[in-house]
Amino acid sequence: MVAGKGGVGKTTVTAVIARAASDAGLRVLVVELDGKPALAGLVPDLEVMSISAPDALDEYLRDNGFARIAKRLNRTGVIDMVGTAAPGIDDIVVLGKIKQLERSGQWDLVVVDGPAAGHAITFLMSAAGLADSVRSGPVRAQADEVLELLHDPQRCQVVLVTLAETTPVNEVIETAYALEDRVGVQLGPVVVNGVDVGVELPSSSVASSVVADLDDATAATLTAAAEFRRSRREMERQELDRLVDRLPIPQIMLPARLVAGLTAEDVTALADGLTGGGAMEDSA
Amino acid sequence: MTARPADDLIDESSVIVCCGSGGVGKTTTAAVLGLEAARRGRRAVVVTIDPARRLADALGLVDGLASEPQRIDLEAPGELWAMMLDTAATFDGLVRRYAESPEQVDRILENGFYRNIAGALSGTQEYMAAETLHALHGDERFDLVVVDTPPSRNALDFLEAPGVLSRFLDHRLFRLLMLPAKGGLRVIGTATQPILRAIGRVVGSDVLADSVAFFQAFAGMETGFRERADDVIALIRAPETSFVVVASARHDTIAEAVWFVEQLVDQDVEVTAAIVNRAHPAFGDGSAADASERARLAVDPDLRALWRNVADLRTLRERELDEIAPLGAVAGDERVVVLPLLDRDVHDLDGLRTIAAHLFDHPTVER
Repeated sequence: MVAGKGGVGKTTVTAVIARAASDAGLRVLVVELDGKPALAGLVPDLEVMSISAPDALDEYLRDNGFARIAKRLNRTGVIDMVGTAAPGIDDIVVLGKIKQLERSGQWDLVVVDGPAAGHAITFLMSAAGLADSVRSGPVRAQADEVLELLHDPQRCQVVLVTLAETTPVNEVIETAYALEDRVGVQLGPVVVNGVDVGVELPSSSVASSVVADLDDATAATLTAAAEFRRSRREMERQELDRLVDRLPIPQIMLPARLVAGLTAEDVTALADGLTGGGAMEDSA
Repeated sequence: MTARPADDLIDESSVIVCCGSGGVGKTTTAAVLGLEAARRGRRAVVVTIDPARRLADALGLVDGLASEPQRIDLEAPGELWAMMLDTAATFDGLVRRYAESPEQVDRILENGFYRNIAGALSGTQEYMAAETLHALHGDERFDLVVVDTPPSRNALDFLEAPGVLSRFLDHRLFRLLMLPAKGGLRVIGTATQPILRAIGRVVGSDVLADSVAFFQAFAGMETGFRERADDVIALIRAPETSFVVVASARHDTIAEAVWFVEQLVDQDVEVTAAIVNRAHPAFGDGSAADASERARLAVDPDLRALWRNVADLRTLRERELDEIAPLGAVAGDERVVVLPLLDRDVHDLDGLRTIAAHLFDHPTVER
């Protein structure tokens, strides 16, 4: 399960992991929960499944002999009513569906583009919460099976995604500890997305002597651009140091691409460059 | 890039609603708008739903944002206040306002099902953000309310949220629960309702009993809630309320911003400004291709690296501007303001002022 703050590239990382695993010969299923159509475009040849809470709940009710409820109430009604009465039930049916897919044996790896970091904790906590409040019945059984999945590092790992920037790094550190302490789920490596590993710049003193012969406007452009990039990189480096320092789990760096939105080719290139990641070997 | 849409926002609104997907700098944008309003002599309050420590730090609030407005220490002709949305406390306030007796308040606030509604019913956060906005709008301390909406896929969630509870109460299950039993008493025979028995088997009978108790306790308050929701909706749709759509210079968030604008336009809600955060700044006048060519021709490896760097940064900017173009097409090019990615993180008032300077075309950053 891939989780991270909005805008850090969770969907990209989901696609890259799926691509790398598929290239390594695994049968991969990609699951998305937010109705994001972008994901399918990033891995056009892989199987992508969309799971929504109303659909999952509907299916769950049918599978458990509550077809009449599902039939008599419209779907939003079911979600609002049942979801409000027992919060987390919509999350638990989604997790239950994921567990069912994982158990089906049709795939070697199920990669889930999870909810945004804030919701990731409540999402994954839903099983424990329901196990506390609901003592028996089908929901309880479902919660127990989901907990089994979440607590088994051989079956399930959470990959957190961040950028090398202050707020995302703060949030990923908080989320990592909360997931470990409160959910008890195994954390995979942290993926740092968009790390600038591009052109190597000369030092500012070398740069200023190089541009000395050029006209003022050109020199100013070259100098300003170099300074801008150096200072972004310096910020990145500080944030990476802080991440390594505060969160002692392995990191995987994904290099930035010169684009304002990735394509399937970018995903393939990133997957090719992905080395040393233990994210996909162990979990089922 | 003209600064006019941003100027209109500050000078002509009494409410500014910032919408956009998560992670695009919506909270920061809201703070920047509030800061600028204070600079222009207005008494602004910024409501954020983002508990991010960073905004509190940037505003100099050592103890973090509170659920009551706090005045920011600022040298400005106007005032800037900031607060964080407290969904549950706001909901409790509404219950207190419309309950017929203190006993009714207690019965509701102590009910487990109510606590779930206050915290988890979809749309409650948006509803309470709208409610808070309405309350602050009526507060004499302020003449501008800037609210940062919960990140959602749907811009209409915020417009429609105040109706969410009414719809919930109108739901047929509620009516089923409130069905007069034999003898005219408003007592529910769960045992006689197969559907309730079935739901009880799914969620547990304690949970069901709580919900029944909630609906009984809530009886009589629906009208008050509904009227209040109507007032809130009227304010959101009033001409003095401006909508700002916020995005970052990336394909996915622009696509969402375009979708937001289209939805708002469909609802006859005008988008005053579309703010795109974090676009790479322009370096010089040429294109990325020019810079690549200069890099190719450069003999000195250091000079080549410098040109390649310019080419990289211009490539990013060109692609970002291409991504932004569709937003201009739906919102109107003159309403789109593109703000540069800064060479440092925004973590203090000076950082916010730097963004304000770009947004409002101040000649220099003021201290």
